[in-house]
Amino acid sequence: MSSDSSAARPPAREPFRLPLHWLGAAPFAIFVLLFLIMPTMRIVVGAFQTPDGSFTLDNIRGLFTTSILSAYWISIKISIASALLGCLIGFAVAAAAVLGGLPKWIRGPLLTFSGVASNFAGVPLAFAFLATLGPVGLLTVFLKTQVGIDLRALGFNILSFWGLTVTYLFFQIPLMILIITPALDGLKREWREAAQILGATNAQYWRMVAFPILLPSFLGTLALLFANAFGAVATAIALTGSSLNIVPILLFAQIRGDVLGNPHLGYALAFGMIVVTGIANTIYIWLRARSERWLK
Amino acid sequence: MKKFWAWGALIFGLLYFILPLVGMTNFSLKMRRGVYSLDAYAVVLGDPRFQETFTYSILMALSTIVFGVLLVVPTAYWVRLKLPGLRPYIEFITLLPLVIPAIVIVFGYIRLYNTSSWLPLTGTTTGTNILLMFGYSTLALPYMYRSVDTGLRSIDIATLTEAAQSLGAGWTTILAKIILPNVLVAVLSGAFLTFAIVIGEFTMAALLNRPAFGPYMQLLGANRAYEPAALAVMSFALTWGCLGLIQLVSRFQKGAQSPA
Repeated sequence: MSSDSSAARPPAREPFRLPLHWLGAAPFAIFVLLFLIMPTMRIVVGAFQTPDGSFTLDNIRGLFTTSILSAYWISIKISIASALLGCLIGFAVAAAAVLGGLPKWIRGPLLTFSGVASNFAGVPLAFAFLATLGPVGLLTVFLKTQVGIDLRALGFNILSFWGLTVTYLFFQIPLMILIITPALDGLKREWREAAQILGATNAQYWRMVAFPILLPSFLGTLALLFANAFGAVATAIALTGSSLNIVPILLFAQIRGDVLGNPHLGYALAFGMIVVTGIANTIYIWLRARSERWLK
Repeated sequence: MKKFWAWGALIFGLLYFILPLVGMTNFSLKMRRGVYSLDAYAVVLGDPRFQETFTYSILMALSTIVFGVLLVVPTAYWVRLKLPGLRPYIEFITLLPLVIPAIVIVFGYIRLYNTSSWLPLTGTTTGTNILLMFGYSTLALPYMYRSVDTGLRSIDIATLTEAAQSLGAGWTTILAKIILPNVLVAVLSGAFLTFAIVIGEFTMAALLNRPAFGPYMQLLGANRAYEPAALAVMSFALTWGCLGLIQLVSRFQKGAQSPA
């Protein structure tokens, strides 16, 4: 199609036009190279360099110390917990809205709200949860004075593993709703009818038809939510300050003031983050391609 | 029975989302002991640091949007028209900022563009501002590019381009007077999302030491009790406003397109 426009020109100029074609993408290429690819490569290369520039694996080996490993471990646990719960609750809410026989008008507002809430991360989100579940938060006080449940006595603390997980769920659940609703819409009524005609019960239909079709989207979104939680810096810092030892907070402190005492260990820490989110996103992209086969 | 569980799931979900919003609103109104008042808002709005950082972030958001539009619209147009083979690669690149955490990107900036490097952007205030704007443009790239590219798909850019060329239009005229107005709705929704992202962004601004709204909120959160809740309410309203505008604008487009 694009050759049509060049045919209008005299053919003698054809050889000179070829490089100009590519020049059109040059500003974008230069921008991306300078401000996305090169900075990332600098970190990746730095992770394998000594301060004087020669190759080493010491930085990567340096990650395998107790405090750094435990930071990764807590980060991964929070990401898994919030991704898993986010997927399950998000799925339940989306399924209720799409398949549960709720009034049709609920869908629109639900999706709009999910769009807003999934973007409401960062510092303000931390404030909202502090005001609700913090030591003098609305819900904490209400449960203590009206219901007689003392959350603190039960061991709940907003500045902890579960506190952070519950807070992350605020953007995880809506993201799941946004992604899984189209997949639920993709379940064709004909499939259910075909299964029923062949004598399947409702449970059998879910187990043998709907579940296998939804599984790739479900697992793919799980991976996406995992990466989403793993990279969340602002919420964690605003919520816990530096009291919780997780990777983004550790890296933040390292960039600010070299708390690890070795700049190249910082590179390795960041490189580890890229590896973890990279793996999670690869899984997501791969599974999404699989799930799209059914959603055409 | 099924309906019962469906309502149950929905109500549980709603409670989970509404409680923190109620919690923060309630908290933000309780600055004066015993009565509800807007004192926290008055204190925040009257704080010169608030005005400075908020203005700074708005200016940052606007320049990011302008830069993003100038970068993305011509590129997406050109790639669709002349280099369709490149599309999958460009699309992949624009998704990278979702994979690489912002903190890693800004770490790279600090190492790559420090005072002793070949391009010492962090050496001057203007340089750092420009670097931060580029960082924000990177963060917004996935949303901006996808939005514009979807907008371009719905118009026949090859025919429009040829028609304009046959009337003697140059590339700048084609882009500014033909393509941009046709994808304006897509550009606007990308712009509102960019605005929502930039206005509260914390990590990049904090690590580049710029006086933006995000770090200000964090600082206030560490030192005060009621003001942060007021800030949270305002920033939720702002996010809500931006995304509401996207909905409005895209509905407007649907309405405008249906007669054709």
